[in-house]
Amino acid sequence: MAYLDFEKPLEELNDQLEKARQLGQKGKMDVTSLITEIEKKMVEARKKIYSDLTPWQRVQLSRHPERPYSLDYINAISDGTFMEFFGDRSVKDDKAMIGGFGMMGNQSVMFIGQQKGNNTKMRQYRNFGMPNPEGYRKALRLMKLAEKFNKPIVTFIDTPGAFPGLEAEERGQGEAIARNLYEMSILKVPVICIIIGEGASGGALGIGIGDRVLMLENTWYSVISPESCSSILWRNWDNKEKAAEALKLTANDMSGLGLIDDIIKEPLGGAHSNPAEIFESVRKKVTELLEELSNMDSQSRVDNRIAKFCSMGVIED
Amino acid sequence: MSWFKRIKEGITTSTKEKKETPEGLWHKCSSCNAIVPTEEHVASMYVCNKCDFHDRIGSEEYFSILFDEGQYTEYNANLTAADPLHFADTKKYTDRLKDSISKTGLKDAIRSASGLVNGHPLLVCCMDFKFIGGSMGSVMGEKIARAIDICIEKRMPLMIISKSGGARMMEAAFSLMQMAKTSAKLTQLSEAKIPYISLLTDPTTGGVTASFAMLGDLNIAEPGALIAFAGPRVVKETIGKDLPKGFQTSEFVLEHGFLDRIVNRKELKTNISQILTFFGV
Ligand SMILES: [Zn+2]
Repeated sequence: MAYLDFEKPLEELNDQLEKARQLGQKGKMDVTSLITEIEKKMVEARKKIYSDLTPWQRVQLSRHPERPYSLDYINAISDGTFMEFFGDRSVKDDKAMIGGFGMMGNQSVMFIGQQKGNNTKMRQYRNFGMPNPEGYRKALRLMKLAEKFNKPIVTFIDTPGAFPGLEAEERGQGEAIARNLYEMSILKVPVICIIIGEGASGGALGIGIGDRVLMLENTWYSVISPESCSSILWRNWDNKEKAAEALKLTANDMSGLGLIDDIIKEPLGGAHSNPAEIFESVRKKVTELLEELSNMDSQSRVDNRIAKFCSMGVIED
Repeated sequence: MSWFKRIKEGITTSTKEKKETPEGLWHKCSSCNAIVPTEEHVASMYVCNKCDFHDRIGSEEYFSILFDEGQYTEYNANLTAADPLHFADTKKYTDRLKDSISKTGLKDAIRSASGLVNGHPLLVCCMDFKFIGGSMGSVMGEKIARAIDICIEKRMPLMIISKSGGARMMEAAFSLMQMAKTSAKLTQLSEAKIPYISLLTDPTTGGVTASFAMLGDLNIAEPGALIAFAGPRVVKETIGKDLPKGFQTSEFVLEHGFLDRIVNRKELKTNISQILTFFGV
């Protein structure tokens, strides 16, 4: 278990618990009541810490190394039926973006998502969840495939940004994202987008145009990461907490501003503390929304989707 | 009086009325250092006659270059930015806006106007880089969206002249969503079969590149412009070595297949009217 800085009290209690257990195993004393007491303290501490997270702490949670990633959600909610498809049919297969069909009950669903790796080697293999243009083009190819056969689309957003590399620029990163924004606006099938970790800027939005856009409770979504915002606006890296605050990037803020449609609650302690529970919450929500969206005709879905994004913005007229 | 005329929406004004080229001043090319009388520089559309360097110019200059007799009708000239997030970094966003407005005489980083281009009606949305780096916030998204509505209603072609550092951070996710808003809105223009020309000028980067600027029926650019998603500094940090010469210039972007043409500003008007003829509008 990896602990974040603000989880220090939990780590200490956990150490105490381990020690008590070891003592108990040696059989030198009865530790039952001690263990119960520590466990009670842990529940209290956890409640206290998680009832009042700052925006920056949520950013930290969204990047927790043990947090479930797109494939974990997809495999869970499709009951292992997920079949991955590769490649953009032009340049290559982008490992930072995954896609394919899976079943949710009797309904086949096109799943798309940015994918991060869960160890050093895999993190590199997945390019830290930062897609190249090929990733966005693969995603679009698969979404068009779903549209052709009238299957709904669910995207999982989890990226620190589109990859800012030399080849990404050569192969039109800007154009690839722009094309997706345009094409996703007019997809005839239901589209649900869920931010499950980091929703950084255009790289996130590139698979984020949906009839319903949801955020898990401890995720962030904005135009820039707090660190980069700090470095540009404050001209140093030390104001990331302030930047996280100013950007209003949490699920609560985004929902309050009308920029997302709903929030999915996470287990106390974050999605990683109880993956089965968060998978179930996501499955329930997606099932519910697919049902709701499939009852609409495709033209009103598209009209509503466009109207929703067109209503975003605050001006003085 | 002329000030009153300018802020009234939908009133036709002429750029010629207010053009007062100061006499006796000299312009030094920032690329080749050639020195010419300012009058001559303006007459050559702010392009160096020696080295073809294109100076950064604003909406007023583009309107005057493109529209016949400099006559145009401006739309939604009074839209200004709000501060929905009460954003403050080292400076309050509202103060930043006030300063920019008083310093530039502009209301935000984009203006939209229609007029005739060699007799062809055209609506032009043009950015002003001097207003917070041409950054895209809610005003830019809304002005483009409303321009598209006008284009559909009047069956008038659209041109967007981009010159922007990208999204306006002080509007955070609102500015991000302008990428979605403008791209979604362009589907309606396309559905109505109305042409959209995107002109990318120096610089066009970030969220502007990753939305409407790359979505033209034709994407054209001025020579030598920086056109990028991630800016050169960020790319350099990512790859940890120097960037190849000419990286992310218009010429580079054309060679990689993302631009239809590069057009010298001196030929811009004739090119645009020729394109409109090709489209039959
Ligand atoms: Zn020169």
